[in-house]
Amino acid sequence: MNFTFSDDQLLFRDTVRDLLSNEVTAERIRQRWDSDSGVDSAALQAMVDLGLTAALVPEEQGGLGLSAVDFILIAEECGRAALPEPIVDSCLVATPMLVDADRALEGSNSRLRELLEAVASGEQTVLCGPSINPYINFAHSADYLLLPHGNEVHLVATDAVQLELQTSVDLSRRLSKVSWQPRSETCIARGEIGADLWRSTLNRGALANAAQLLGLSEAMVARSVKFATDREQFGRPIGVNQAVKHLLADCAVKAEFAKPAIYRAAYTVAVAPTRADWSVSHAKASAGDAARAASRNCTQVHGAMGYTWECDLHIWMKRAWTLDREWGDAGFHKNRIHEWLLQPKALLGPQYTFGRRHMGDAANPITAV
Amino acid sequence: MELIYTAAQAQFRTEVRDWLNANIPTSPLPSFDTEEGFTAHREWEKTLSEGDYGMVTWPQEYGGRACDLIEWLIFEEEYYRAGAPLRVNQNGIFLLGPTLMEYGTEAQKQRFISAMASGAEMWAQGWSEPGAGSDMAAIRCRADRDGDEFVINGQKIWSTRAVFADWVFCLLRTDPESSRHHGLSFILVPLDAPGVTVRPIPQLNGLPGFAEIFFDDVRVSDFNLIGEEGGGWAIAMATAGFERGLMLRSPARFQQASRRLVELYRQRQNDILDLSIEDSVVRCYMDAEAYALSTYQTASRLINNGAIGPESSCNKIFWSELDLRIHETAMSLLGAKAEIEPGSPDADQQLANWLDGFLFAQSGPIYAGTNEIQRNIIAERMLGMPRR
Repeated sequence: MNFTFSDDQLLFRDTVRDLLSNEVTAERIRQRWDSDSGVDSAALQAMVDLGLTAALVPEEQGGLGLSAVDFILIAEECGRAALPEPIVDSCLVATPMLVDADRALEGSNSRLRELLEAVASGEQTVLCGPSINPYINFAHSADYLLLPHGNEVHLVATDAVQLELQTSVDLSRRLSKVSWQPRSETCIARGEIGADLWRSTLNRGALANAAQLLGLSEAMVARSVKFATDREQFGRPIGVNQAVKHLLADCAVKAEFAKPAIYRAAYTVAVAPTRADWSVSHAKASAGDAARAASRNCTQVHGAMGYTWECDLHIWMKRAWTLDREWGDAGFHKNRIHEWLLQPKALLGPQYTFGRRHMGDAANPITAV
Repeated sequence: MELIYTAAQAQFRTEVRDWLNANIPTSPLPSFDTEEGFTAHREWEKTLSEGDYGMVTWPQEYGGRACDLIEWLIFEEEYYRAGAPLRVNQNGIFLLGPTLMEYGTEAQKQRFISAMASGAEMWAQGWSEPGAGSDMAAIRCRADRDGDEFVINGQKIWSTRAVFADWVFCLLRTDPESSRHHGLSFILVPLDAPGVTVRPIPQLNGLPGFAEIFFDDVRVSDFNLIGEEGGGWAIAMATAGFERGLMLRSPARFQQASRRLVELYRQRQNDILDLSIEDSVVRCYMDAEAYALSTYQTASRLINNGAIGPESSCNKIFWSELDLRIHETAMSLLGAKAEIEPGSPDADQQLANWLDGFLFAQSGPIYAGTNEIQRNIIAERMLGMPRR
């Protein structure tokens, strides 16, 4: 039992944090809003150079062979920076789906293997569009889309589908509705395998958003602490007032207890993504709760400034609003937990925090992570 | 990260479970805020101690098992799973014990720790005064040095379980010229010393869980001074750290309560009209899990030579509000029967447990530093907001 991140994992996180704080400033995010693509190619290339696109690709396909646990802190940093590019969606959600599909097909689909190599090197990008989200963010920028047709998984070139652009309240997002016709040659998995792939993907998508929501919450609180320290009224900083302190302390408590739920979910997804429903829903529901509280309270701390276009807070706040509803909203995830709590066979109680399995248990052998 | 128990940890769990199954009282003990209940709980502490389960994290020489914090969590999980009695000596074992381990002399450890672990000596806390509650640095109760003794005069209040306890650990003003957090000392006082008067204060449930303690020329040896004379504030802060931090409220307590809540919800689900109940039950279960996961995180960090950071100030707010929500939800599920006191014709053990827990939960956001004080600490020390 060890619930800590390794020094390597923390170092990777710090490196990404440094890169993002240089490359993804509020000013450059606003520049993206005015561009057609919404993408900052220099920032994107820097992230490819750092190995983000290769992170979850197996070493045999030129990747780093990392897991969701290795990437979860990176996703958190992408949230903290309010990164517009869909790095988390492609690296932590679509790429593992390709990897899982390749494993399920035992490497028989050479197209998948080649695509994984191109994804690792950053030459091509793939995004997922499952039915739980009506829109795909940045679909126009992807080379391929993974699309559902019942349980079937289709890998479709983006130029073979019709995209209808929608404007989001968060101008960093570039949403599209996808129209397409399933064809037998685009289908890469079906039946049980396809169902498992979509189930894992839903869990990875919700996990990815949970981690970003946590980063967004902490970023909003940090900005608000600074504002409350600098802004003076009645001859002293507004942050000396308990009413203001407590607004932000409440956000800190929510974020602090969303954290371990997110990290446990990342571990569960890394070990058994099809059996991670409950832990992922816990992570998503609590991170969404933290982000909604941060959005509201931080606007309040900023006063009238918080309601302006000029104040950068809304870059983070609007992202929080949108990611909270994507990959299943609070109701969806709480309902999954509710259904589980009503199952007579659910393992409840203090002795089952980590299930009932342990190392060296002959009756319940454990596969290595 | 490896969120799975080792074979040795699983084996320890089995040992604890077997011992508890063989040793826990067959029927619930009366409240430890009654004389009869206090005695019964003292007996239970003795039984635990004889099984070397009194305080599993302590070194073997003090009756412990030198368990690490993960094993401690496993012990606590099994303890609450089994429904074992509450720890009547928690002021001693969870607060003073760790303080003595860190600040006590070898002779003081020998004198006090084993007697505490075996339940032979029960402890109360003597910090608050009528004029020093949240503002603890306003303490006025004096201990004047006279040779190798201190002479104590003044008053303490809100001392939990002092009515039946044997000893009290106090924060007293040893330098009469001092003010605020300077000149305070951490001193242990026997409650049967001449000049000590203990006056019970009934709590919300009508039982004398609190006491006021009056000191009238009470003499204690300076052997009972912990740490430096005048250095009591830092020691008290460390003790408060144990209280707000890891040990006082182990997550298993809330996981067990939320498991019982889910069971109650399953029984009563179809009779409930309040639309918020379903959401409350889900939140209670998630939050109890989150508190457990957070504690495993902290325990792992400490085992790997990390430190408890300022974020631990979030704990107390989280568990005390969770405890309230669990019990408020249970009261809603019980409906009109929720108010029925034990001993009434319609009463049963389940009702009694929920009502008792509901009353006790009201105190959580107040003791060990009110949640308003905790929010100030989070804002100033964790987030770095300006003090004034």
